[in-house]
Amino acid sequence: MKALIENIVVPLVDYPEAIHVTEKEEENKIVYHLEVHADDVGKVIGKNGRIAKAVRTVVYAAGMKSNKRIYLDIM
Amino acid sequence: MRQVTATGLSVEEAVQSALKQLNITENQATIDVIEEGKKGFLGLFGSKRAIVKVSMNEDPVKKAEKYLAGIVNQFDIDISIESSIKDNVVTYHLSGEKIAILIGKRAQTLNALQYLVQLVINRESNKYYTVIVDAEGYRKRREDTLVQLANRKASQVVERKRDVKLEPMPSFERKIIHTALQNNRAVKTFSDGVEPNRYVVIRSV
Repeated sequence: MKALIENIVVPLVDYPEAIHVTEKEEENKIVYHLEVHADDVGKVIGKNGRIAKAVRTVVYAAGMKSNKRIYLDIM
Repeated sequence: MRQVTATGLSVEEAVQSALKQLNITENQATIDVIEEGKKGFLGLFGSKRAIVKVSMNEDPVKKAEKYLAGIVNQFDIDISIESSIKDNVVTYHLSGEKIAILIGKRAQTLNALQYLVQLVINRESNKYYTVIVDAEGYRKRREDTLVQLANRKASQVVERKRDVKLEPMPSFERKIIHTALQNNRAVKTFSDGVEPNRYVVIRSV
């Protein structure tokens, strides 16, 4: 899952080395926290959150096979 | 990414020799000048050869395909990707079992993938590409459904003399509706609302 998030986001940004994905498992959900370089925030969120929405849609689709809910936090 | 370092009497000459070695043209390459080179005194003393590093830009269509593959492979299902290009429209056909997970409800996952791939392909390319990501002929099936829907709704509009608003759709699906009813003289179509909730309205004329 972490690899998936990285695969999606790395080619979108200018500072791929600044990308950090951390995973936090809670009772019935898994929260992934995505950190990017300050200059890249716009590139992963997009106009009206359009890119963030697309990233989440794909990540949540991949998370369907696990029985826990998945959340993606973008800092 | 392939790259070569070449030397020559001038920067221009060095670049040409590097391009020849890579068998590409200048607009497919990134050029770094390492040493400008000097003519020297009377072309005899203190002359320095120019050194350049030329690297080949990866074909954006191939690069975007790798990007797409890097995503779908994480789904733990067997998917093969075939790409085709016509003018500036690049189509990636996904096929495999369990493709449904990549399409999602009302193709929301497929459309999200399509949007992301479009971003990546146009990020470094100086040409503008439109990307279509298709899964097992989904787009064609959807197009047929939309054309049918358009015609059905159009006759409804003519009968009842009242506008019909369709559900919100992405731009490329609205286009299918507009195109389908373009030659229907009894109705006109336009889009209303704000993205991502823009929808087509069919009105009788």
